[in-house]
Amino acid sequence: MKLDEVPQDNNRTLGGYRKAMYARDESGRMVMTPSNGWEVEEIVTTQAIDTLQAQADAARQRIQAGQSAPLEYWIYARRMDIEMLAQVTGLWRWRIRRHLRPAVFARLSPALLARYADALGLTPDQISRLPEQP
Amino acid sequence: MSYQHQHAAHCESGTAANLLRHHGATITEPMAFGIAAGLSFAYLPFVRINGLPLIAYRMLPKAILKGAAKPFGTQFRFEKFRSVEDGQRRLDELLASGQIVGLQTSVFWLPYFPESMRFHFNAHNLVVYGKEGDDYLIGDPVAEEPQRCATADLNRARFAKGALAPQGLLYYPITPAYDNVKPEAIRPAIRTTARNMLAPVPIIGVRGIRMLARRIAKLDPKDAMSSPFIGHVVRMQEEIGTGGAGFRFIYAAFLQEARDITGIAALGECSERLMEIGDAWRDVALAAARMVKGRDALDPPAIAALLMQQAASEEAFFRALGKTV
Repeated sequence: MKLDEVPQDNNRTLGGYRKAMYARDESGRMVMTPSNGWEVEEIVTTQAIDTLQAQADAARQRIQAGQSAPLEYWIYARRMDIEMLAQVTGLWRWRIRRHLRPAVFARLSPALLARYADALGLTPDQISRLPEQP
Repeated sequence: MSYQHQHAAHCESGTAANLLRHHGATITEPMAFGIAAGLSFAYLPFVRINGLPLIAYRMLPKAILKGAAKPFGTQFRFEKFRSVEDGQRRLDELLASGQIVGLQTSVFWLPYFPESMRFHFNAHNLVVYGKEGDDYLIGDPVAEEPQRCATADLNRARFAKGALAPQGLLYYPITPAYDNVKPEAIRPAIRTTARNMLAPVPIIGVRGIRMLARRIAKLDPKDAMSSPFIGHVVRMQEEIGTGGAGFRFIYAAFLQEARDITGIAALGECSERLMEIGDAWRDVALAAARMVKGRDALDPPAIAALLMQQAASEEAFFRALGKTV
């Protein structure tokens, strides 16, 4: 990649940051240069975020249908999945899945609720309900 | 001496170079990356992140820090902590004594990071060069400007749990014995990288690229997870601070420096060749992104074929590179 080929596509996903890239200058020397993004990166980052968003939306529908607890929505809204939450909280995956049943979730001990809330960086109150529709 | 923050492509090689430079060593980011034999390829289907396999174009975390210090006749001192309180106390103590400290952190819990880049990746590296009130002064190598981070937030990022949990890891170099990389240190580093890339292990190096290609060839274009899988490969290659083309451009920059230090002209030619291979990696990324975006039909076998070509050019390249030193 030559210096003048370094993409400057103004990626939204970079939030104003510029990243360092290595490219060759006219004399053939590799030098570091800032880039405000490449559309390719924006496409795949947006896809990763959209995938999590879709999972959160699907969870929201299950919750509204009474099939799942609001905790499930927050797992994806905080960019995790059940496997990751299991690692962070030290709880078994099957136990987390069981806790996602609305009836079981309603009876969770304050200690467990706090454990989930802490892992997600939220309060017990927040993870017990859905946020307003955006 | 006050700390001079320098922007870098990659967090670990940037942190290693910036810390060593602060202690008087003459070192660039590409040199830190190359001398530590940081370049690699690994496809780890059994490690899953948000349901997707781990794909890395570099060596394991900490390998670059350790390898970059060695040619200067020194090493980093690493400290981990059981509790947040101990970790914060030790960091504050080191800062108060004038030490500049490197940290391993999560990316997700750093508030100054762009929202779209905050994923649960626990092996980010940054430099703390001071504290003002409740704020740590941070030289994050992937940010152009110095940043600030409140104590509670930094504690959270240092003690994030899950895969690759940092456990509060902090590190700082012992004063280097030499201030320059000697030619003798370059040859073994390059040989190690060539050997790693040609390793007879199915998930590592050139064979790892082929295994990933075969996995992609089998993706069903109608399956909803196929497109995110392909997008994920591109993210690991381009988006997460690799300096472009999955570190191939940084390594090409290192080979130029290596040529200048050792006087081996063939390394300059190798650098040119690796830049071309890097350009081809960028073409793979572009083709994949067009499919993700729906501009081209999702065609996993086509991506797989491109990856097979990359594997073939890298195999020939690393054989030739190994012979030059």
